[in-house]
Amino acid sequence: MPGIKLTVNGKTVEKTVEGRTLLVQLLREELGLTGTHVGCDTSQCGACLVHVNGESVKSCTMLAAAAEGAEITTIEGVSSRDGTLNVVQAAFQEHHGLQCGFCTPGMVMSITDLLRVNASPSETEVREWLEGNICRCTGYHNIVKAALSAAETLRGAQPVAAE
Amino acid sequence: MAKDFGIGASSKRREDKRFLTGTGRYTDDMNKPGQAYVHFLRSDMASGRINGIDIAAAEAAPGVIKVFTSRDFEAVGGVPCGWQVTDRHGEPMKEPKHPVLAEGFVRHVGDPIAAVVAETRAQARDAAELIEVDLEELPAVVNLRAAVSGGTAVHPEAPDNLCYDWDFPAESKDAVDEAIRNAHHVTVLELVNNRLVANPMEPRAAIGEYDAADDQHTLWTTSQNPHVIRLLMGAFVLGIPEHKLRVVAPDVGGGFGSKIYHYAEEAFVTLAAKVLNRPVKWTSDRGEAFMSDAHGRDHVCKVELAMDAEGHFLALRSTTLANMGAYLSTFAPCIPTWLHGTLLAGNYKTPLIFTNVRAVFTNTVPVDAYRGAGRPEATYLIERTVDKAAREMGIDPAELRRRNFITQFPYQTPVAVEYDSGDYNATLDKVLEGSDRAGFEARKAESASRGKLRGYGLAHYIEACGIAPSSLVGALGARAGLYEAATVRVNPTGSISVFTGSHSHGQGHETTFAQVVADMLGVPEDSIDIVHGDTNRVPFGMGTYGSRSLAVGGSAIVKSVDKIVAKAKKIAAHLLEAAESDITFENGQFSVQGTDKSLAWGEVCLAAYVPHKYPIETLEPGLEETSFYDPANFTYPSGAYACEVEVDPETGKVEVLSFTAADDFGNVVNPMIVEGQVHGGLAQGLGQALMEGCVYDENGQLITASFMDYAMPLAKDLPSFTVDNSACTPCTHNPLGVKGCGEAGAIGSPPALVNAVLDALSDYGIAHIDMPLTPSKVWAAIDAARPAAAAE
Repeated sequence: MPGIKLTVNGKTVEKTVEGRTLLVQLLREELGLTGTHVGCDTSQCGACLVHVNGESVKSCTMLAAAAEGAEITTIEGVSSRDGTLNVVQAAFQEHHGLQCGFCTPGMVMSITDLLRVNASPSETEVREWLEGNICRCTGYHNIVKAALSAAETLRGAQPVAAE
Repeated sequence: MAKDFGIGASSKRREDKRFLTGTGRYTDDMNKPGQAYVHFLRSDMASGRINGIDIAAAEAAPGVIKVFTSRDFEAVGGVPCGWQVTDRHGEPMKEPKHPVLAEGFVRHVGDPIAAVVAETRAQARDAAELIEVDLEELPAVVNLRAAVSGGTAVHPEAPDNLCYDWDFPAESKDAVDEAIRNAHHVTVLELVNNRLVANPMEPRAAIGEYDAADDQHTLWTTSQNPHVIRLLMGAFVLGIPEHKLRVVAPDVGGGFGSKIYHYAEEAFVTLAAKVLNRPVKWTSDRGEAFMSDAHGRDHVCKVELAMDAEGHFLALRSTTLANMGAYLSTFAPCIPTWLHGTLLAGNYKTPLIFTNVRAVFTNTVPVDAYRGAGRPEATYLIERTVDKAAREMGIDPAELRRRNFITQFPYQTPVAVEYDSGDYNATLDKVLEGSDRAGFEARKAESASRGKLRGYGLAHYIEACGIAPSSLVGALGARAGLYEAATVRVNPTGSISVFTGSHSHGQGHETTFAQVVADMLGVPEDSIDIVHGDTNRVPFGMGTYGSRSLAVGGSAIVKSVDKIVAKAKKIAAHLLEAAESDITFENGQFSVQGTDKSLAWGEVCLAAYVPHKYPIETLEPGLEETSFYDPANFTYPSGAYACEVEVDPETGKVEVLSFTAADDFGNVVNPMIVEGQVHGGLAQGLGQALMEGCVYDENGQLITASFMDYAMPLAKDLPSFTVDNSACTPCTHNPLGVKGCGEAGAIGSPPALVNAVLDALSDYGIAHIDMPLTPSKVWAAIDAARPAAAAE
């Protein structure tokens, strides 16, 4: 069994895992980071999306061993200990961009990555960016609204008021 | 002006924080000390005889604790069905046993044959591959029409594959036949309501625990109704009395109906935990979900609508084949009957209605309620037929609807139900305005200039929600009451814990129910906690489905709060030395009318628990009340939807350009949440109409068993929606005047979209295309309709 060393949410992690262990299994089952979810087994749904070296990766598509030396950020890593929401999280709450919450961590991580590479996305760009994230509850309407609002806040303008 | 507090305010959801920070607690997030894992070996054949199972190699595999087969379940019952339908001959439906693990035969792909419990998930999965099943393939029954044409039977006790053959209302048959024979015009439509998979994003999961010292069982499960699971599994499968069985449904990642039912896996982990004396956990993967979660819809229908020369509806007749799958799921028999036949009046005063429904066993996954449950099927057949009728009669579709709308309430339909309130013209007006119907022709011309076909489609819907009056559903075959329970506990310092039998799995009850209580008591929302999902904490409950939580569960909370206020007034009267009749309660203050004497909410609450100055002879200390609310009637949300599409005639691709909804949900507690419910329902309805479809091949192989094969709507497939719920006629028979909003979007949107596409294709003379309207189907219809010369 390979030994691996990586950084998860700023902390160094050393583990010995079975070769077939997926990154998402390492996060959920070995490290107890259950905010990252598993919604499918074909890498379509995006509930397991995390950042690997700053970029969106579906953690069910990656072997834990392949994350050797990588810096991983999960939903827990972008959340403050006192529960204060960051700009993207706050926009999801303000615009009701979540219902059951299961796809939500993946959505937040995905939108965070989008706003890193595109500070002013159009509605169409948000919708196309989200092609790797499935939500069954919201019809995406309010997720898109939250993403556009978060983009505006991050650009320093006034947030879009909730309807 | 928008409220910022209580009923009518778009309060931000208090549950969001844990979901947004990754600290939600879903079943698979939990692990119990000493936990083992189960993997189910499932049938890869649709129909087969089990001649033998060799588990020796699997039992010897690393980490394996035990391999279970049906032999280990000989002493327990089958998975029960909760509703008995009586057929047109007065006979009860056929109800074949649904074993926890297959007994002798497998009847659908995914039917569990054996279960391996091991130290790790991977070991259980690996060992399952070592089980040798001598499975002899038998002919499979897949197609609905073929299933009822004689030949192979899924169950020997139903040789014609009929679960039941149901007429409703039986006494109307002759009059309907005659009206159709003599009518000026009869519009005829044959259609398929496609088979769907609910696919909540959280796959099902279950953990069984057993405490031998106290003989206590605990089941953690992804359920919409933990008390119902306790009842069904405890009483019918495992024989565990309520006080020895705790069922907890913690955070649940969506349900849409598919998590109502009691599933074999729940009974398995509960029993296995006792047999092995350690916790046993199961988590479905998505592929497993496709072949074990109950599916939805799957009707084949013929509809006839008789009209006079002015387009007044005279009679409606429908015949339906409804797929039950291989076994009866919990509510399956009532979906195509009592939740479908009773809605066939739609929004119209059609005086004569008759339907025949045959429920059919096939070698497919069990079919049960999926968001809307029977009502989408009724709405689709009515609204497609009305649209076709409008075209055939040369009457504008909106005008034909108006001509036939029910306008007087209460209204007794010819199909048993009585609508209490509604204003169908108001929602139609709003949707025509909101969708800019007047500007459509100009937009159509603009599309045409780009070679695109633009279409506009309307649909109305009515649904029966707030399920349901117990005496009525009992008479119709339900094996349970459908009330709801709530306890309101006022704590000594005035904070409040509300225990509700409704379950929240995305609906936001923790916020909405707190708004209701805050509004009634005039106390801050954050002093109120909503507790749900645990049979040991909540006294009783029937759970969440049929858009019932606020209308039924909310009403139970209101009843308890009313009792609290009544008792608190007595305490306040004693403390203030006034007559009880002189006490008023407003904004959290108890006052003596006409004086400046008053007490704050917290002072009275404290007195209830520190009864030093207290009417102890006539009043018990404490401030806690429990209520059961059994609704007097269903509620009847209604609405009008408009869809505008553009079809590319070269590819058949349909683009949804806009979708406008005008709903009447009665009073609304949290507009933000209600709009969100509509958005989600619309996405599922548009998914059904555009892209979703569960496909079996002729051998009963499930072709669509992953998100690679089953098309889930993505953000780029959908537009932003325009929704409005200002056309409000309050429900007349529950205390909040609410109707329920969870299913509307999924009910009304499929016919609106299909009507829009057929409007776009009107020049081709295409009368109907069955859902889903994929590019290949639309293109094929266009291609077939092109004159031969033009096609060359």
